[in-house]
Amino acid sequence: MSAPLDGRTRVAVQLGKAASWLSRAAGRGSGAIIGGRVALALEPRALERLTSGRRVILVTGTNGKTTTTRMITEALGARGEIATNATGANMPDGHVAALMNKPKAGYAVLEVDEMHLDQVAEQAHPAMLVLLNLSRDQLDRVGEIRTVEQRIRKVVEANPNAVVVANADDPFIVSAAQSAKDVEWVAMGSSWRGDSASCPRCGHHIDTSTTEWHCTCGLRRPTPGWTFDGDTVTAPDGTKLELNLQLPGAFNRGNAAVALATAYRQGVRFQDIVMKLNQVSSVDGRYRDVNVNGRKARLLLAKNPASWLASLDLISDGDRPMVLVVNSREADGFDVSWLWDVHFEQLLGRRVVVAGGRAADLSVRLKYADVPHTVVKDSVAAIQSLPPGDVDVLANYTAFRDLVAKVGSEK
Amino acid sequence: MSESKIRIALILPDVLGTYGDGGNVIVLAQRLHWRGHQVEVVEVDVDSPVPNDCDIYLLGGGEDTAQQAAVTLLRRHPGMQQAIDKGAAVFAICAGLQVLGTSFTGADGILHGGLGLLDVTTTPMGRRAIGELIAKPDPALGIGTLTGFENHGGATKIGTDARALGTVIHGVGNGVDRFEGVYQGKVIGTYLHGPALARNPELADLLIQWATGLQLAPLDLPEVDLLRRERLAIAD
Repeated sequence: MSAPLDGRTRVAVQLGKAASWLSRAAGRGSGAIIGGRVALALEPRALERLTSGRRVILVTGTNGKTTTTRMITEALGARGEIATNATGANMPDGHVAALMNKPKAGYAVLEVDEMHLDQVAEQAHPAMLVLLNLSRDQLDRVGEIRTVEQRIRKVVEANPNAVVVANADDPFIVSAAQSAKDVEWVAMGSSWRGDSASCPRCGHHIDTSTTEWHCTCGLRRPTPGWTFDGDTVTAPDGTKLELNLQLPGAFNRGNAAVALATAYRQGVRFQDIVMKLNQVSSVDGRYRDVNVNGRKARLLLAKNPASWLASLDLISDGDRPMVLVVNSREADGFDVSWLWDVHFEQLLGRRVVVAGGRAADLSVRLKYADVPHTVVKDSVAAIQSLPPGDVDVLANYTAFRDLVAKVGSEK
Repeated sequence: MSESKIRIALILPDVLGTYGDGGNVIVLAQRLHWRGHQVEVVEVDVDSPVPNDCDIYLLGGGEDTAQQAAVTLLRRHPGMQQAIDKGAAVFAICAGLQVLGTSFTGADGILHGGLGLLDVTTTPMGRRAIGELIAKPDPALGIGTLTGFENHGGATKIGTDARALGTVIHGVGNGVDRFEGVYQGKVIGTYLHGPALARNPELADLLIQWATGLQLAPLDLPEVDLLRRERLAIAD
């Protein structure tokens, strides 16, 4: 159970909640972040005060944070009330807001932006750190991933009592996590090697053509305790667990294996975890089917080259027509040159419509990939330009958000 | 010429190619394929010798450690330098441009010797230039307005043996004398990511012509025309 708050934090929280209510009443969104921001302005250590006495699990990495956070929260559900930032508001104001709204929750499962992990961990004193993967995100905004890795490494070193759950297949995560005393290594798998080909420690080329990657400087893949093959996860004690996820794709099975390892370390029984993971059907609007004038559109979010690659792998199995939407607003990053790092050639033979503020860039990319396509800038009109039936829609951050706002409520 | 394969070498693509520069090889290869030529792409990593029989060499952008790896590799195996003497063309972006200069000072403040293929020196600019970059090319090159996305912290000064690729209309470019990029003989250096050759098809064809002497029929690509109109409009 969480500790009682001191007077100052209590006032900060009350004013934050009032600001949040005002924001909602004024129709300015859910109001969660503004409330957190107000509380933080009044009490800069609000995060420390609000996490005091709670068991805190922090989840970070470039891709899969929101989904994995949701999975861990579901899997821990039987252990009591949980404070979590389910909508992906992953900076300290979002954390404070989530904690304010669940003052009695004994657990906090928080998704943390990878550039803010050090700041959050310093106040939240995590019991567990969940480290998923690191790859290039917004090229023009976030620093080099080497810097991010070094900052995460320092968090691991500063929290020697935290249990770490880490991806054994990502050299950057291994470099960050390997000094931890207690690590659950999970073989999450990875099809993206664009950034990890050079060693995070020494800069030399790492041969990633085999699963058992290693570098001449000594950095190598640790032996994972948790592995998965198809829908079967194997635990460190050899127990085989059959997943039947509603969320698609190998990357979500990897996220599920991480959630399994995390919840297991919190004492939840295997079969209870698996049952909960199988029930997750959509995460913050993602993977959901929406009806757009007779088109059943499956909405997929892909924010960066690694997640575009994983999502294209996922949808290229089928033969549905697809709509690809790319914007380049500030939250997306202004630079879209990463489009050339994504293997769009695999879409040959599919019916493709491109949309969004940078549809012209995507169109040139597809032209050079020999993939015939049409350009319809508005994403809803792009979906409607296809015949009624199933459609896969893959969009980057603001494009996805706009689309959910426009069609998300239509069942 | 159409009988034999045109060979394109990618220097250290796994560490020099941070900002989509790998797309430049896709563009060159396709523009040759569409005109009926055969292409072979050779990827050169740290452990392989640099071939001296390629027609075009590409170097992309990357971090400081990658720049030093590139200098070490290209000095140990001077295949690219030999190929330049035989008429090959080189296209180097950002970190690649700096590596081909006479010297560059990294973010660590250390002065490194370059390969001396371009008469330029690069020093830290003190800030990072990030954003759309548009430049009017040297008229002698006979190509259209240059467009790309720049993201670099180096300022590059051109010496007497090299010429500016263009003059900046929008953005920062070299950060010295409003110039963008540099060329010397058939070696081109630029700060244009995007990737550059996708946004500047005439620059792509110029490289091919320099390297092969081929007379290239124009390609009709309305997709590229539309993209160029959109990107160039931001300077209006």
